[in-house]
Amino acid sequence: MTRLSPSAKSIALHVGVVLLLLALNVLLPEYHRGVLARVLVLAVFAMGYNLAFGYTGLLSLGHAMFFAAGLYGAGLTVYHLEWSVWPAFATGLVAGTALALVVGFLALRTTGVAFMIVTLMFAQVFYLTTLYFTTYTRGEEGLVLPQAARVLAFPGGVLNLSDPSTRYLVALALFALVLAVTLFLARAPFGRSLVAIRENEERMRMLGYDVFANKLASVVLSGLVCAAAGAAYAVLFGYVGSGFAAIQYSILPLLWVLVGGAATTLGPLIGTLFMFYVIDTASSYTTAHLLVVGLVLIGVILFFPKGIAGTVRERWLPWLP
Amino acid sequence: MAFGPYFLLATLEGLVTAAVLSLMALGLSLVFGVMRVVNVAHGEFYMLGAVLAWWFSSLVGGHPAVGFLLALVLSPLVVAAIAFVAERLVLSRLNYEPEATIVATIGLLYIIQQLALTFYGPEARPVEAPFNHRISLPWFGYSAYKLSVIGFSILMMLATWVLLTRTKIGLVMRATQFDRETAQAFGIPVGRVYAGVFALGAGLAAVAAVLIVPIQQAHYLMGLDPLLLSFIVVIIGGLGSLRGTVVAAVLIGLSDGIISMFFSPTLAKMLATLIVAMVLVFRPQGLFGAPAR
Repeated sequence: MTRLSPSAKSIALHVGVVLLLLALNVLLPEYHRGVLARVLVLAVFAMGYNLAFGYTGLLSLGHAMFFAAGLYGAGLTVYHLEWSVWPAFATGLVAGTALALVVGFLALRTTGVAFMIVTLMFAQVFYLTTLYFTTYTRGEEGLVLPQAARVLAFPGGVLNLSDPSTRYLVALALFALVLAVTLFLARAPFGRSLVAIRENEERMRMLGYDVFANKLASVVLSGLVCAAAGAAYAVLFGYVGSGFAAIQYSILPLLWVLVGGAATTLGPLIGTLFMFYVIDTASSYTTAHLLVVGLVLIGVILFFPKGIAGTVRERWLPWLP
Repeated sequence: MAFGPYFLLATLEGLVTAAVLSLMALGLSLVFGVMRVVNVAHGEFYMLGAVLAWWFSSLVGGHPAVGFLLALVLSPLVVAAIAFVAERLVLSRLNYEPEATIVATIGLLYIIQQLALTFYGPEARPVEAPFNHRISLPWFGYSAYKLSVIGFSILMMLATWVLLTRTKIGLVMRATQFDRETAQAFGIPVGRVYAGVFALGAGLAAVAAVLIVPIQQAHYLMGLDPLLLSFIVVIIGGLGSLRGTVVAAVLIGLSDGIISMFFSPTLAKMLATLIVAMVLVFRPQGLFGAPAR
């Protein structure tokens, strides 16, 4: 047997993960397939967050606004303008990217704690905006998109997104695409320079890198991926509400990425899946699932600051991307 | 009512908000100033103070003032003790690394909130004011209790100021803030100072909460809005500047009271938050703070 190179190993691992997830579509019982479809979409959100937080080291507490921008961009156009899914999804992407560009441009003038608070505040303004225009968004109660509108038109036919199997496969397709992009970025010069900025910003500046432009690109890309997750959530699950813009949805991706492992490609999926099932299991014993979230956050930051995938990489598999 | 009395009422309400807010923000500012820790759980210490105030005051019967005074003494002490333990168990082990402490205090926020929901429940409950006297102004009667809240807050802030500038404890705290390692080299137990400051900050939030429960009810989600407002106050006042914190609290409290009289509260909050975010973007040292060293 020939020994595989690290790069071949990591590509094989990622293809394997995607194939395993594909097989689970037929293997899993109905309930767990539904959960996993949701986890895949939210893992995309976490992967978007990971680009800014994990790779570039930008601790944002406002990523809910990018997710919600995608969610509302897609949801409102479907609901009020009766657009079909393709242009609505694109609107969500554009909304999230544009928002990330503006917020990134302003917030990146600050660093550290101030960056965290500024992003938190921008997200709070976005959340309040969704409440203020409650005539269109119906605030916390939210909008339910009609099933008839949630179909994806192809030249050869249509995909009905409210069908569980189709929904799972579409979520998986988006996940696989973003996973491939993250894997590519982590190995590309752009991704390497983001990590270098995280480790030593001053040195990068001295070496002649445009730190601000690189960070802005990272925030915009991160916003784009989060918006894709939001837009996909709207059309796949048919619900759009202010709750997704609230501060809790800025903290959750941070939690998922931390648990799974920051700056690892598979960490966001592992973290999201783990937390989903921890909360799911905990809810069957107690209603106090926020307590579990809190304890896990503190436990992880105290004992596993590198997260699950990060610890695996450190101890056993140094080639893990 | 004509515009004048209306405006006076808005100003009085704004001053009450400002008084409570400055106590709470003072706590946040102390913790940030000395420890460089952004305490996201500060709002939950405030909530805990309010919930405990309800509990203590419901323990004793008789005149409402007895229960209130008991709450005013015990509730901040209990909250400070909880904060002290949390600091020793969690924050100190993280070496006060900014990002790790933020994550840890977010975890603390969820734990405290969930425990309050489990043991206290989702209801909002009031604490009876120690006295119900109304001062009659020519245009309307105004609650004497609300005026005494302003007075008591001023007293508490003066006490904190004396503690910081005129006592040995304050000197030790300022030395630690100024240069942690040199302070340690001079035999100052930096770890215990940090725990003390963290407890003091939480205690101040609890005092603010006890003062507010006769006016607003105690509820397990009441911490978030004051937390954001305190962030705003601390930032506008300049991180770590006590004088700036008080001035900013009065500014924010008054404008909050007056703006929400004339605009919808959601719009007022949106504008205020946006303006503060912009202040932080373009003047990171705050309006009164000096540029970072």
